[in-house]
Amino acid sequence: MPLLTPELKATIGRQLPPARAEVTRREICKYSVATGQRLQRFIEGDEAPPMFLFGLFMPILPRAQVGHDGLPPDSGLVPELPLKRVMAGGTRQTWFRGIYPGDVLVSRQTLVDLFEKEGAQGPLIFAVVENCVETEAGAPVMTERSTRIAR
Amino acid sequence: MVLSEVHAGIVLPERTFRPDEVQLFMYNAAIWNSHRIHYDQPYTTGEEGHPGIVIDGPLQGDFLTQLVLEWVGEDAALTGFEYSNRKAAYIGDTLVARGQVTEVRETDREVEVELAILNESGDVITPGKARMRFHQ
Repeated sequence: MPLLTPELKATIGRQLPPARAEVTRREICKYSVATGQRLQRFIEGDEAPPMFLFGLFMPILPRAQVGHDGLPPDSGLVPELPLKRVMAGGTRQTWFRGIYPGDVLVSRQTLVDLFEKEGAQGPLIFAVVENCVETEAGAPVMTERSTRIAR
Repeated sequence: MVLSEVHAGIVLPERTFRPDEVQLFMYNAAIWNSHRIHYDQPYTTGEEGHPGIVIDGPLQGDFLTQLVLEWVGEDAALTGFEYSNRKAAYIGDTLVARGQVTEVRETDREVEVELAILNESGDVITPGKARMRFHQ
């Protein structure tokens, strides 16, 4: 008996509204100090370290919308799954160009796959989200696939 | 460094990281992450069942990118990166980032590097891979 119903499988392909963010030298400098970067181009904010992108599109919400755990509400891109223990799987990125102060970047997230497998200790559900980041002019910057595993 | 100097088996200079409260505060402020497991000890141990303040998984991903980017300097660009947080790390842990070249492809001037963050017990807690394209 599959755990993923036709209704859940039908959510594959859905997208979040695009998110847009401006990159500033000051934000790059803060990130570089916080992460202990040692390359001059990152310390001086001439270019952003690649993982700077992780925080660039974090939602900025009113305090009242942030939960007791300190997290914003889930985006809802991955539907509620019948298995509740969720772990981060892996993240795989392809890079096309660097990130520089003054860039205006757009992120588009899509649920690209939802499938189940029988693990050694029971069923597992895999949710794969693709995040395509481009410049405002449409030049590709990075494409990323992240997997969430529910058991 | 030029591509002709790189071969499979080269071990990258390792780097040690010891994230503390101040670094985690700065990091989570910089990425705008207010999850309490990164700064609120009573909440983290009492409500989420961790033994201590949790070092962010993506910060460990960043440490892996630093290892490869410092190794190539200005001589190559990152074209691919992957990582997976397999086991939690906590403030007070000493983390070691290691890397080794696994493949050199002269045709597209690309080099594959296998990466790992190890904890003090020697467990690989965050494995990863990077692909770099050399300019020359």
